Amino acid sequence: MVSSMTALLIIAVTALFTFLTRAVPFLFFGGKKTSPPWILFLGRVLPPAIIAILVIYCLRNITPTASPFGIPEIIAVLTAAGLQKYKHNNLLSILCSTVLYMIMVQTIFSA
Amino acid sequence: MSNKLKAAKAAFPLTIPVLCGYFFTGMAFGLLMYSGGYPWYWAALCSIFIYAGSMQFVAVNFFAGGFSLLQIALMTLAVNIRHMFYGISFLDRFSKMGKKKPYMIFSLTDETYSLLCSAKVPEGVEENSFFFCIALFDQLYWIAGTLAGCVAGALITFDTTGIDFAMTALFTVILVEQLEQKSNRSPALIGALCALVGLIMFGRDSFLIPALICAAAILLISRKRLTAKEEQ
Repeated sequence: MVSSMTALLIIAVTALFTFLTRAVPFLFFGGKKTSPPWILFLGRVLPPAIIAILVIYCLRNITPTASPFGIPEIIAVLTAAGLQKYKHNNLLSILCSTVLYMIMVQTIFSA
Repeated sequence: MSNKLKAAKAAFPLTIPVLCGYFFTGMAFGLLMYSGGYPWYWAALCSIFIYAGSMQFVAVNFFAGGFSLLQIALMTLAVNIRHMFYGISFLDRFSKMGKKKPYMIFSLTDETYSLLCSAKVPEGVEENSFFFCIALFDQLYWIAGTLAGCVAGALITFDTTGIDFAMTALFTVILVEQLEQKSNRSPALIGALCALVGLIMFGRDSFLIPALICAAAILLISRKRLTAKEEQ
C-alpha cells in the first residue's frame, strides 16, 4: 500500500488526465467563434452512433454460446425499448425492465 | 420559486435512472476501496476529483503500489479516451455557460453525456441551470454511493444482483427516443455495426475505442450523403 502523499499524487494525476480527455475538443475547437462545419456535423450525428455503441458495450458480457445465452438481457432490453416506444416514459421503461431483469437473473437464470 | 430551484426540480426526475446506476456502482467502488484497506477519504477524493467510473476501478490497483506516475497517466488516457468524443456535441452549448463551463467539461461522464443529449428543457426553466443541475446531481449520487460503500456495506440486506441493468436500460431508452427522428437512424446503424464488428475483432474488453473511431470516420466519409438525407 502506498503512502498518503503518493495516494494524493496518484489521485491528482488520474484526475488531471481524465479531465484532459474530456477537455480535448474544447482545447482544439473551443477558442473559435464558430466551430468548423465538419465538427458541427460530427457533433450532430455522433450522439445516436455513440449511444448505439454504448448499448452494445453494456451488453458485451453476454456469451451467446453458453447458458443463459443472453436471454435475460435480450428480454429486458426489448421490454425497455417496447415500453419506451409506446409510452415514452423513461422512468417507467427503465424501472420495469430493470426489475424484470433482476427477477430473471436472481430466480430463473440464477447461476 | 427561484430559477435555480425550478431548474433543480425539472432536472431531478431525469436523473433518477442515473441515481440507481451511480449509487450502486459508486457503492461497489467504495466497498472495493474499503476491502483493500484504504482510508475512506481516498475513495471520496477519487469520486470528487477523478469522477470516472471504470477509471476509478482501475485506479484501485494503483494504490497497492508499483505503478509510476507516467504509467498511471498513460493508463488513464487509454481508459478514458472515449470521453474525447463526448465534448464535440457540446462545444457551442457549454461555451455559453460561463463560469459553469469547466464543471460541465469535468463532469461529462457516459451517463451525464447521454442525459444531456436527450434532455429537453421544459418551458420557463433556465437552460444553463437545468444542464448544470443534471451534471451536478449525477456526481452527487456517485459520491453518496462511494461513501455508502465505504462505511455501510453491511447495511445492504436485499439482493441487488442485476440492478446495474438500469444503465443498459437508460441507454436503450435514449436510443429509442433518438430513433424517432429519421435523420438519427443511419448514424445509429453505423454505430451499432461498428460496435458489433469491433466486438468480434477486438473482444469485449477493448472494442470500445476502435468502434468509436470507426464510427466517427465512417460518419465523416458519408457526410455528404447524410446531410442530403437530413435535408429531404
